[in-house]
Amino acid sequence: MKVLVPVKRVIDYNVKVRVKSDQTGVDLANVKMSMNPFDEISVEEAVRMKEAGTATEVIAVSIGPQQAQETIRTALAMGADRGILIKSDDDVEPLGVAKLLAKVVEEESPDLVILGKQAIDDDSNQTGQMLGALLGWPQGTFASEVKAEGGKVSVTREVDGGLQTVSLDGPAIVTTDLRLNEPRYASLPNIMKAKKKPIDMKEPGDYGVDISPRLTVVKVTEPPVREAGEKVEDVATLVEKLKSAGAV
Amino acid sequence: MAVLVIADHDNASLSDATAKTVSAAKTFGGDVDVLVAGKGAGDVAAAAAGIDGVRKVLHADGDAYEKQLAEAMEALIVPLMDGYDALFAPATTMGKNVTPRIAAKLDVMQLSDIIGIEGQDTFVRPIYAGNAIMTVKSADAKKVVTVRGTAFEAAGSGGSAAVEAVDAPAGPFKSAFVSEEIVESDRPELTAAKRIVSGGRALGSAEEFERLMNPLADKLGAAVGASRAAVDAGYAPNDYQVGQTGKIVAPELYIAVGISGAIQHLAGMKDSKIIVAINKDEEAPIFQVADYGLVADLFNAVPELTDAL
Repeated sequence: MKVLVPVKRVIDYNVKVRVKSDQTGVDLANVKMSMNPFDEISVEEAVRMKEAGTATEVIAVSIGPQQAQETIRTALAMGADRGILIKSDDDVEPLGVAKLLAKVVEEESPDLVILGKQAIDDDSNQTGQMLGALLGWPQGTFASEVKAEGGKVSVTREVDGGLQTVSLDGPAIVTTDLRLNEPRYASLPNIMKAKKKPIDMKEPGDYGVDISPRLTVVKVTEPPVREAGEKVEDVATLVEKLKSAGAV
Repeated sequence: MAVLVIADHDNASLSDATAKTVSAAKTFGGDVDVLVAGKGAGDVAAAAAGIDGVRKVLHADGDAYEKQLAEAMEALIVPLMDGYDALFAPATTMGKNVTPRIAAKLDVMQLSDIIGIEGQDTFVRPIYAGNAIMTVKSADAKKVVTVRGTAFEAAGSGGSAAVEAVDAPAGPFKSAFVSEEIVESDRPELTAAKRIVSGGRALGSAEEFERLMNPLADKLGAAVGASRAAVDAGYAPNDYQVGQTGKIVAPELYIAVGISGAIQHLAGMKDSKIIVAINKDEEAPIFQVADYGLVADLFNAVPELTDAL
């Protein structure tokens, strides 16, 4: 079974986000960038499938600037076999990403595509589902458990009321949630090995799809700041305050 | 102008998120119809017809719709969109699962998790876990939108819309429901609760979480939530998680117990009306958003609070 894992280069999740003063976006200059955390979970799941003998090959694909190559190298160091970088200096929206990925799927014919449920920059939570629709494939989103067996993929999903298990006729799309696994840190020898693994360099133009943006950012602002209130001495005072505020 | 709203329900009752989404759709403008897709969900369709401002309810009934799986919902909704300018769905796990497939089929860029509407092509949504707020304009002919429930008041009742049956494609589809583990509880649902008590990693174990948080919740008639750290540590089930990657809540009263207040958690609850924080560490970031902060050992303070209420 061949597994395709799309990975996105985003601001590191530990970095405090700062809105630019001209309100055009978020300041990404000289900020640490990393692989989207949900995508790390995807890579980990695919690599575990390979280690378990369910997957034969794991391909990491990224759409982004030249530096997204580092994100692919991270996936290769974790255990992916080869990479594809579709180089674009402009932001590509989830719909455009899904269209490009659909073309990659046509070329590579994977049996499973595992994506993060959302990227921590634009929080869209769309790409996996869109890819599923474009390919006519079924999807198991927000996965906390994945089992692939005999052309079927069983996915346990984190839903509002608890957990739901669905069975998909492969090939299929899976999007990962936080509790699916804990991604490994790449070891130094594996980081060295990853440098020799191949990365195919592509451009959006190679795929002949329309990825022109549909959305225009009007402005990006700071969220409203909530003021700290008061510290109370003890439980009795707290109850008194809550009562006078009409909260209890 | 007409908007189709996807109802979120469990075939027995309509979720509160649906009335909030109707309210957002009314702000957007035009006629608002609600689609109830389910199996034996007649009561839900009747409830949707009672939401104030709904023109009509489309009721699709069939085995394939019992769990509203995305593949069947796509087959049902894409043809219906010929008659609509916009599709609105609540940003619940149902909405998030279903709508991007329809957007892709309609060749439009979805607007996820909107918190404001500034005209028929301009929407406001949080990005970077709520650390920035983006106003964005869509050039697409049809809009596909998911709505963050906490940002809109639920539409009232008192409507009397007609319920119309619509043909529901029967499949077969490439996905099938196998099983579910839905947590049964007498407590209110997190996203609809007026009061929430939420526990963090400082509770130390699942036993202590239950022993301290449940009586306080019962005393207040509150829902129980948890931080991601508490869920990851196994102290509370995953559907308790409040935060950017869990549930977004905005109750009248939110009591955070032993929660330090990571940005991720604050993103999920900072729109609550009154926030109370109980934490041993007076430097904990949660105090920066709390209306009332109590620096205390939660193992003493929580039972004392439960008794005092």
